[in-house]
Amino acid sequence: MTEFIVQTFNGLTLAGIIFLVSSGFTLIFGVMRVTNLAHGAVYLMGGYVAYSVIGDHTGYFFYGLAAGTAAMAGLGLLMERLLLPWLHHVEMAELLATLGLIYVIDDVSLAIWGGNPLNINLPGVLGDSSVLPFRRIVYPNGRFFILGVAVLVGVLLFAMLRLTRVGAIIRAGVDDRDMVNALGINVRRVFTGVFVLGSALAGFAGVLGVPVLGLYTGGDTTILLFALAVVVVGGLGSYEGAIVGSLVIGLVDTYGTAYFPAISYVVLFIPLVVILLVRPQGILGRRVMA
Amino acid sequence: MIEVEDVHTYRGINYVLQGVDLAIPDQQCTVLLGRNGMGKTTLVQTIMGLLRPRRGSVRLDGRDVAGKPAYEVARLGVALVPQGRHVFPSLTVEENLTLGARRPLDGHAGTRWHLDLVYQLFPPLGDRRRNRGGQLSGGEQQMLAIGRALMTNPRLLLMDEPSEGLAPVIVERVGEVVSQLRAEGLSVFLVEQNYQLAVRSADTINILASGTVVWRGTPDELEGSPDVRETHLGV
Repeated sequence: MTEFIVQTFNGLTLAGIIFLVSSGFTLIFGVMRVTNLAHGAVYLMGGYVAYSVIGDHTGYFFYGLAAGTAAMAGLGLLMERLLLPWLHHVEMAELLATLGLIYVIDDVSLAIWGGNPLNINLPGVLGDSSVLPFRRIVYPNGRFFILGVAVLVGVLLFAMLRLTRVGAIIRAGVDDRDMVNALGINVRRVFTGVFVLGSALAGFAGVLGVPVLGLYTGGDTTILLFALAVVVVGGLGSYEGAIVGSLVIGLVDTYGTAYFPAISYVVLFIPLVVILLVRPQGILGRRVMA
Repeated sequence: MIEVEDVHTYRGINYVLQGVDLAIPDQQCTVLLGRNGMGKTTLVQTIMGLLRPRRGSVRLDGRDVAGKPAYEVARLGVALVPQGRHVFPSLTVEENLTLGARRPLDGHAGTRWHLDLVYQLFPPLGDRRRNRGGQLSGGEQQMLAIGRALMTNPRLLLMDEPSEGLAPVIVERVGEVVSQLRAEGLSVFLVEQNYQLAVRSADTINILASGTVVWRGTPDELEGSPDVRETHLGV
């Protein structure tokens, strides 16, 4: 039972990181219909940038977090302004170009930061562990911190989407872009904003994720796989779907690795297969209209 | 005043508009009739800026807006009630209405639209202001689409088949609203399949066939030309 509780905390922490990544992924798809396969690579670069900023000073963690987030917002801006216009909304071109970008970013990271796995330690009390008041479970504070931050960001994003005018424009853009345009709103600018926001979220997650998942070339494809699994389960383009999907994938992957390590990848794909058979548009997704 | 001149528009590989000339004078109701597949919606979308013409000009008060993005055309005072209504299903009725709300341009004559006025015009929308657009009936969605367009305080309203798929009593209401708006000084460009509604509302009627305007005249002239109606409209 103690083991199960610990694994549940682990699963929730992982779900938090996955949520930060996949919420950006799903927003970008929902509004722009761009499947940004380089989203995981943006996550990875966020971690690397933070690693360099932090250096040997554990106390610089939050500078690293800010730098990783800001740098990836900038990278997102460059991608949206310089790369995407070349692709003319051709789906296959976008898939191939963003897929290719993964290899470019992987090699750049390899050249700069080398092939050895790196790590970032959380500062101060966040790097310690606490004894929980029940069953005397010892659990790292940092993981609760990461989970708490993910929940906070999730709530803020939700409030932004539901309560603000920009949020209404984004939701309307998911529904029907042409109509938003015809109301006198420059959808192009909203697109750029969403792409930058999504990339910033990936960079943010990339820094927060390092203490849990490590920092290594190839880590981007792992997180991309999670993000893809989340949108299959939750529904591509749905924000609420990203929340539900992240919980499912985070917990299933953690339980799978803990209890069925030999077949953990298979376990991860079970919810995908079930969803694709029962509800192909995802739990909270809508059928795509022509 | 909109002047469409020699407009050629493709939809993908299909050559849909093949040299359209058409005028939409101020403070009148200009109607476009034609069978399915003749390019009516393509013309509306070209005027709105949602489709870029391959050739030709769309002049708004003398200024060529062909190929300009739709949001710029909208800011010059053009609003769209699209075919199929296209309300935002995941936004509430009120969010649908306020999303594009704008103050009128300088020199705006007629009503200055705001939420309360739209709810007065269409009381069912006020009752359902917290409902999502996707939860409305077809008639309510049509009211919402019209209200949403009015909230931008346009000079010209493009209405693409507003009677499509609606119960006769709602079509009747749409017709009344069109007449009311026109009487208040709004220019209306009405694309219709419903011959009766079109003839009743129009100052001028244009008939589109195979991508060009093949006939133009008043409702009375069309009533008196059974051969034109037979050939191009089947009524």
